[in-house]
Amino acid sequence: MKVAVLKGGRSLERGVSLRSGARVEDALERLGHEAVAIDAGADLVKRLLEAEPDVAFVAMHGPGGEDGTVQELLEILGIPFTGPGVAGCGRCMDKVLAKQALRAAGVPTPDWFAFNETAFRELGAADALAGLEQRLGFPLVVKPSRGGSALGVKFAASRYEVPAALVSAFSYDDRVLIERFAEGRELAVSVLGDEALPVVEAIPAGGDRYDFEARYEIGRTDFACPAELSERETAAVTAAALAAYEALGCSGFSRVDLILGEDGPQVLEVNAIPGLTDTSLLPQAAEAAGMSFEDLVGRILELAPERAAA
Amino acid sequence: MEEPPHRRRAHAGSRDLERYAGLFAARTGVMRSSAMRDLMAVTARPEVISLAGGLPDTSTFPAAAFAAQMTRIAQESAAEALQYGPTEGFAETVDCIVEVMGAEGMLPDPDDVIVTTGGQQAIDLVCKTLLDPGDVVVCEAPTYPGAVPVFCSYQAETVQIECDEEGMALTQLEEVLARLDREGRRPKFVYTVPSFQNPSGVTLSLERRRRLVELARSRELLLVEDNPYGLLRFGGEPLPPLYQLDGGDFVIYIGTFSKILSPGIRLGWAVAPPPVMEKIVLGKQASDLCTSTLTQHFVREYFAEGRWREYVDSLAEIYRGRRDAMVEALREHFPPQASWTEPDGGMFIWATLPEFIDTGDLLAKALREDVAFVPGQSAYVEEGRGRSSMRLNFSASGEEEIREGVRRIGNVVAEQVELYGALTGEQPAVPAPADESEADGGAADVLPFRKEGSA
Repeated sequence: MKVAVLKGGRSLERGVSLRSGARVEDALERLGHEAVAIDAGADLVKRLLEAEPDVAFVAMHGPGGEDGTVQELLEILGIPFTGPGVAGCGRCMDKVLAKQALRAAGVPTPDWFAFNETAFRELGAADALAGLEQRLGFPLVVKPSRGGSALGVKFAASRYEVPAALVSAFSYDDRVLIERFAEGRELAVSVLGDEALPVVEAIPAGGDRYDFEARYEIGRTDFACPAELSERETAAVTAAALAAYEALGCSGFSRVDLILGEDGPQVLEVNAIPGLTDTSLLPQAAEAAGMSFEDLVGRILELAPERAAA
Repeated sequence: MEEPPHRRRAHAGSRDLERYAGLFAARTGVMRSSAMRDLMAVTARPEVISLAGGLPDTSTFPAAAFAAQMTRIAQESAAEALQYGPTEGFAETVDCIVEVMGAEGMLPDPDDVIVTTGGQQAIDLVCKTLLDPGDVVVCEAPTYPGAVPVFCSYQAETVQIECDEEGMALTQLEEVLARLDREGRRPKFVYTVPSFQNPSGVTLSLERRRRLVELARSRELLLVEDNPYGLLRFGGEPLPPLYQLDGGDFVIYIGTFSKILSPGIRLGWAVAPPPVMEKIVLGKQASDLCTSTLTQHFVREYFAEGRWREYVDSLAEIYRGRRDAMVEALREHFPPQASWTEPDGGMFIWATLPEFIDTGDLLAKALREDVAFVPGQSAYVEEGRGRSSMRLNFSASGEEEIREGVRRIGNVVAEQVELYGALTGEQPAVPAPADESEADGGAADVLPFRKEGSA
């Protein structure tokens, strides 16, 4: 099969995407497919038309590749593609939309408030901060609504830290959310097709829960897979993850990030196209389920036309 | 920009990579990789005005002379130029080095000099020679971002000393040394870029140079003086290098041809007292046997023409114009709360914004406007420091580009300042004070850079 691997692009997660893409190409060739690597730029459509692939493997992260834009193009060109479709990507990419959909579907997610930059610049939204800080309590988490990995995510331990955290978050998007900090174990459930893979737990090595960056650095976060959970906990976490996957309209594969606290699991976000690098969580989860990286890539590929036909 | 599809087939599969992960040495764990690096990957887009790089301008190097020199090498010394050479480097290369150092008033013994593969290898070799895991290295805050991964890879504990407009704060250095004394430890060396430092552009004042050298003598402390930019002075009076003041007993000197000729030829050097040099030579032998003989021949030919100084001066002139353009643009486009250094030489300006701006996040916003800089964080070993500062390079872009780049950065900064004002109901009118809490446990107290122009 001829597979176009779409990677790179202009997003801030370009670097991760290039690594994911290279690894996928490698696996595709081992599986006997013909991989055509395409760094998604201004000539993307032209190159897709030239290559005439049977299927496109979307290994892009962040805006452009993970928000439905590329998926829309692929639909127009009639090329089946891996991962979630336009609507699923759009909802996952925008954390505010995602949380609204989760809440509507009854999937637990931490309380939040969302703001546009205009609200602060022109409508005096700053005066509403004190009230919501009281309702959510400290520490708070401030996030850009659309943005990948940990970029722009800040913790505010007191009200004095909130404005600077907002300025940071608004660097990535004109819409941000302020979220209640969910205390608990950090878990990730990758979903492949309609099956949940074993749960991965991220254990910060330094013990500093506020250091988001640590999560993404080799050696600074330990991962346990499968996570040491009771049967009941595993069932609850898996059910929440599958419910989130469905609520956001994901298909093919995605990764659901959750916190398991005293009151059960809370879904933080769903990554429509999670990383596929050698330190990424989805490949780890697949391995725990007895799947090699090639098996994983092969299965993701199988799911692509199925979804297109559906 | 796709890679040829067959290329990766030649490499080990990714699954093999995972298998290797279990074999990695502990020191690879402290090599830093972060979201920031991913951000920097985006700065390479061609449409981006990059004030993030650290490249000297090589566009004015006379191509005809270059061709003639390389031809002469091919005609007259092909066999030697294509052969291995001595680990210490050719004597003729060392002569050129002695000449360059002489231009700044230094008179090293040629036997104390080793030619290295760029100044970067000299840093690596010094660390390799002197550092055991857990050893203490003292350096400036901010420090040369390229030195940080070297210190990390030798698993050193790095202590950074704040700088003000006169360079490293020596009272703080003394406090740190005293604290280490009490703990029964001493730093293996103090690493410093005393002239037009990368990233800050700051130059260590004459008085502090003298004090630092005295301190080194009285405490038998080794200084590692990294001086890539000393000759790129376009204003003020030349200052004696530490090596000259000390005479070379307690100073290991690192120099390079990268900024005065070409970084592509990868030629640098180290000067060290004989016992240290002996070990450095052994380290170099293990690393790469010898420095490129071909480029050593090139330097020899180039210096034989006797015009190297002219070329350096012409570079300095170009950089002066670019520095002026950058400073002017900063005055015009940066908010009054910002401050920056105005160096008399080198390649970098260090700008500091109000505390509430995180330059890592600002970079994401700036990249949308197709402009890039280096967030200050990368010049600090400890996380969380330098978050409101940025390094701006003025050697690699033309004056127009510099003005436009600074204008774009100024715009995104202004947006953040305005937003912060809207969020807090106040427009911070005075420079946000840096953390003034007293040093606890010997940690640094912060001396913010002052804007030289407003003094």
